[in-house]
Amino acid sequence: MTASITVRRQKIRKNHTKKRLFFFMILAALLMLVVVFAEQICPYDPNAQIFSVLEPPSAAHPAGTDRFGRDMLSRILVGLQTSVLSTLILVVIITVAGTVIGVLCGHLGGIVDSFMMRVSDVCLAFPGLVFALAIAALLNGGLQNAIIALAVISWPKYARIARSQTLALESTDYIAAARLAGDTSAQIILRHILPNSAGPVLVTAILDIGTMMMELAGLSFLGLGAMPPTAELGNMMSGGRSMLQTYPWVIIGPGIAIFIAVVIFNLLGDTVRDYLDPRNSRRQ
Amino acid sequence: MNSLLKAEGLTKVFSAEGKAEYAAVDHVSFQLGEGETLGLVGESGCGKSTLAKLIARLIEPTDGMISLKGEDITKIRGKKLREAYRQMQMVFQSPMGSFDPRKTIGYSIEESMRNHGMAKAERMQRTAELLEQCGLPPEYAGRYPHEISGGQCQRAAIARALAIRPKLLICDEATSSLDVTVQHQIMELLKTLKRENNLSFLFICHNLALVQSFCDRVLVMYEGRIVEEGTPDQIIQKPQSEYTKRLAEASF
Repeated sequence: MTASITVRRQKIRKNHTKKRLFFFMILAALLMLVVVFAEQICPYDPNAQIFSVLEPPSAAHPAGTDRFGRDMLSRILVGLQTSVLSTLILVVIITVAGTVIGVLCGHLGGIVDSFMMRVSDVCLAFPGLVFALAIAALLNGGLQNAIIALAVISWPKYARIARSQTLALESTDYIAAARLAGDTSAQIILRHILPNSAGPVLVTAILDIGTMMMELAGLSFLGLGAMPPTAELGNMMSGGRSMLQTYPWVIIGPGIAIFIAVVIFNLLGDTVRDYLDPRNSRRQ
Repeated sequence: MNSLLKAEGLTKVFSAEGKAEYAAVDHVSFQLGEGETLGLVGESGCGKSTLAKLIARLIEPTDGMISLKGEDITKIRGKKLREAYRQMQMVFQSPMGSFDPRKTIGYSIEESMRNHGMAKAERMQRTAELLEQCGLPPEYAGRYPHEISGGQCQRAAIARALAIRPKLLICDEATSSLDVTVQHQIMELLKTLKRENNLSFLFICHNLALVQSFCDRVLVMYEGRIVEEGTPDQIIQKPQSEYTKRLAEASF
């Protein structure tokens, strides 16, 4: 009796999580559609300086125009594309690199492990964004270098998570059972360690999309990321910062775009975490 | 009786920085004959599980030798170790913990067969057969570990251990985490399987009553050493060492 009630409750919760996941995945998919087709759906050429400058939002320019007479909505859409795509590239790089390093360190142990963990300690010892600033400045700025800079400071977190997951899993009986079944190291990693450590890594990655987007925009805001005239949300806000009081739409528009994208990715991350909880099994 | 498993001077020393070295298993030697059921009893922390892991080559011994069917397996790795596991499998204490939570029971049972190159159809048939042998419906192959009870999970673990027809089964407290009735069922299952498959057992346990009903011979382990050896009746009725006396008194 109690068992069936618990089961039913679990099912309800599972369905609820599923619905939430579905909802946020649709939102993220819509956002990605906008991002991918930004150039096709933007009403004007984002770089054409053909309108009167600093026009407030109107029917023709729903987000106004900037100080060079460019349509803000078009620039926000294309800027969103730049920001989101470069953020995704960055997150994929750090997730893959961090996981590979972490799992190998945890599995191999010994010198490899000590060495890589000391390297990651060095990266973690500096305040993240300041270190990224230094690296980006050293590399002379630019969007690509901003991505490299953020990747250098961000992979250790993933390596640490993957390593601790691996170490915890290595001592479980089911890894011992896999060894007894004759699995090689590679098979143990691929069949058991990666699937069982993917959850936390994946959730961290999705939750990090928002953070990374803000940090990347932050570097651009400080002039070390995407360079004008490239439309990127960070440098658009930077360009409009002196006009916040007089022409607020120049900075509020890109701000809202960052806000919406970050919120969608964060909520998606939360939901994925709930969904990947092993007690919320995918099967009946 | 032919010797199946032999351990000589097996030692495992754990050393941690700033702590004294600690020998969890201290020069343990014993033999296990073909078809024999050897019990290993001792209190928690006496090194029983460490000894089981050493023999199963899950941890590296500090010193000593292990041989299986006359072949030295102390240092073998890779393919040779895989071949050794054909002879020797293990059932763990925690049934749930010994199954990958993200894989079905069937996947885990099939894993060793797959690694030893058995075709898919054959594997599935054998899995169904094994589950039935261990008293589980074959459709349990599609279930996840958290969807079945501890006792059922332990049956599945036994099925998995038997998948590649080993000669020796190491049971590391295989019944300790189960309640008494389920414990009894699992013991009956092990007895049946032993009869049908001519299995040898290294049966690690801290329950003398279980050992008495199941084992041909018993080793008593205390603080990493074998302190006594004999048939269960000898151990229980005429314990020689101080520890065995206490153990026997505590059990009955």
